[in-house]
Amino acid sequence: MSTNPFYYDVIVAGFGGQGVLAIGNLLAYAAMKEGRHVTYLPTYGVEMRGGTANCTVVISSKEIGSPIVHRPHAVISMNLPSLLKYGVRVQPNGLLMVNSSLIDLKEVSRNDVDLLAIPVNDMAIENGNPRMANMIALGAFVEKTKLVEATSVFDSLEKVFDERHHSLIPSNIKAIQIGMEYVKALQK
Amino acid sequence: MELVFKRPECLKDVPFHFCPGCHHGIVHRLVAEAIDHFKIREKTIGVASVGCSVFMYDYFNIDVLEAPHGRASAVASGVKRAKKDAIVFTIQGDGDLGAIGIAEGIHTANRGENITLIFANNGIYGMTGGQMAPTTLLGQKTTTSPYGRDFTYDGYPIRMAEMMATLEGSAFVARVAVNNPSHLMKAKKAVRKAFQMQIEGMGFSFVEVLMSCPTNWGLPSLEANRRVEEEMIPYFPLGILKERKMADYL
Amino acid sequence: MDQDSEKILVRGNEAVAMGAIDAGCRLFFGYPITPQNEIPEYLSKHLPPLGGEFIQAESEIASINLLLGASATGARAMTSSSSPGISLMQEGISYMAGSELPVVIVNISRSGPGLGGISASQGDYFQATRGGGHGDYRTLVLAPSTVQEMYDLTYLAFDLADKYRNPTIVLGDALIGQMKEPLLRRKPEKMTLPQKDWALTGAKGRKPNRIKSLYLQEGELTEHNWKLYQKYERMKKEEIRFEMVHTDDAEFILVAFGSMARVSKTALELARNEKMKVGLFRPITLFPYPEKPLYDLSKQAKKFLTVELNTGQMVEDVRLSVHREAEVFFYGKPPGALPPPEEILEEIKKYYG
Repeated sequence: MSTNPFYYDVIVAGFGGQGVLAIGNLLAYAAMKEGRHVTYLPTYGVEMRGGTANCTVVISSKEIGSPIVHRPHAVISMNLPSLLKYGVRVQPNGLLMVNSSLIDLKEVSRNDVDLLAIPVNDMAIENGNPRMANMIALGAFVEKTKLVEATSVFDSLEKVFDERHHSLIPSNIKAIQIGMEYVKALQK
Repeated sequence: MELVFKRPECLKDVPFHFCPGCHHGIVHRLVAEAIDHFKIREKTIGVASVGCSVFMYDYFNIDVLEAPHGRASAVASGVKRAKKDAIVFTIQGDGDLGAIGIAEGIHTANRGENITLIFANNGIYGMTGGQMAPTTLLGQKTTTSPYGRDFTYDGYPIRMAEMMATLEGSAFVARVAVNNPSHLMKAKKAVRKAFQMQIEGMGFSFVEVLMSCPTNWGLPSLEANRRVEEEMIPYFPLGILKERKMADYL
Repeated sequence: MDQDSEKILVRGNEAVAMGAIDAGCRLFFGYPITPQNEIPEYLSKHLPPLGGEFIQAESEIASINLLLGASATGARAMTSSSSPGISLMQEGISYMAGSELPVVIVNISRSGPGLGGISASQGDYFQATRGGGHGDYRTLVLAPSTVQEMYDLTYLAFDLADKYRNPTIVLGDALIGQMKEPLLRRKPEKMTLPQKDWALTGAKGRKPNRIKSLYLQEGELTEHNWKLYQKYERMKKEEIRFEMVHTDDAEFILVAFGSMARVSKTALELARNEKMKVGLFRPITLFPYPEKPLYDLSKQAKKFLTVELNTGQMVEDVRLSVHREAEVFFYGKPPGALPPPEEILEEIKKYYG
């Protein structure tokens, strides 16, 4: 872990069932494993029943004040409503990641941000497991930002997932790697 | 000379404050005799409810906790859950159990809490000065039913024992009276049985005692006893409504 | 690896449950209500294997009275709920204050009045710090602002309850309850606590104990109330807890507790970046309220801004604390979204100059 002051925050948003909370949870857990301060703030209760889900993750080298973030460094939007709601809040020059399987890129109104479009649902289906779209997104985000080591994310899977889902860990790792490879290929 | 009558060991040597002719003192004595009989004074914890029974701690020579109005059975359950080797009982009046605390009473029975609940039913609010109770009989005049209880306004007298008996969690449910020697002997047996059920870990035991309140009924003691016989018992029939056998418990 | 030295990422509500278990609490009574359900859910799973008892009662009224009964035996016991449920418990809390029973009550507060909503709110400040139920009494009130504090202060609450034979409230809110942060499950130093010779355990080899709040003899109740008062005064002397951030050279003091203190901390950093000499005062005990240290600050800083997630409750205590030594401003938000730090920065700028 670097001793330089470090601070990064991200909002992950989509609809319920897309696994956006798992993305945030894994990011926070991996960063904690690397000795960072972290906060993970999910939506809960009635808000969840509206079908939308989002969480805010803050990662810092020092104690974190506000877990609430108005202008995040990054937004990962997994569906159109979440892009419309949170896309406008990304800091200038920040990262806006969009799930281009479900979002028409014409809807992206920002041209002052780093846009990363990735068709995570299509990729998940191509790889034989439609439920892994969120892990592909996570892999892409980790590769893009280098916020945490991939191995830290892999090690966090068994902590974040309930024991009855531990048999799925290898396929989650594979999906994260697919996301990482996609971004590596883009950067070549 | 043989001693044939003495104060139970777990009653203190102080006079009861109860009104002349009131049955509360008798109920206290029945409970005390049961505790003495099983030699459990040193592990019994009583829960005082709000009403004329609140001064239990002045009379019983045992550990006593006072509950908020209506909550005695919940409080007693809390005591028992925290201290499983204790014998826990409460005496609740008709307002405490039948009105303000009916939810706590029903759910205590339904959970099968291994405690003993003595339900003191005199059909009137004694402590507050003779207002209508949930068990006040139809036509009975009280300070808040001055024209007599009318079901179109006030609903009907609640039969608590019958209600308790329907719940799977109750192990022993009886209704007794203490208005004459023959009823008194049966009441004594029922109270003892209720404690025995608890000692054996059978679950919730409940004894409803039909009681007089000469002061608030405005009747001399003997006439009050007669009223129990002639007016209360026909509406609230006596007997054992439920008795769980060890076999069907296991 | 030693489990206790390893950090885990948990919700504030789970940290409360873990703190209770580690403090030796083995009895829980409660009724479900959002946003605190992770507490009973966790304890319903973990108490029975430890030989403990978990009851999902029929209501908050039953819960608080089950708690009253359990604590009278000297056992460590607790309940948790959220605002509307805590309102239902006030009767029992008053009785337990009067009967001097040591219990822990956790309020993961939500918004009101009435059914209100489930968003974070600090609208229960008055209820928690002014007694809440009938009669002249106080409860100790602890206000965590991190997940670690949810654990630490729940643990402490059991010790304080036993030390004073008094109900102790942990006042969190939906934000702190639902968010996850790293938690180190370390047990604090053990307090030396009085023997529970008052407990109801059966009158074996001793005189009967009785626990009650009814006092009808002449003069008895007056004496009882004075005794309680002395206890509250002792709390004021011995239990004040607070945190100060950048107050050394501060000319302007933010005052906030719980989740609002978190947001205020970031606002403070933003203000410092703009060279404003701002400090933060965060009460950890809401009763007893840290009046003296706040008063002392008013000798150096002449402007105070109280920030709350309500329309103005704790600000009264801030005003009482600083007397007229400083100006006290207020920024509040009714229930809904919490303000981001930038919004508080704007308020600071409004009054700073």
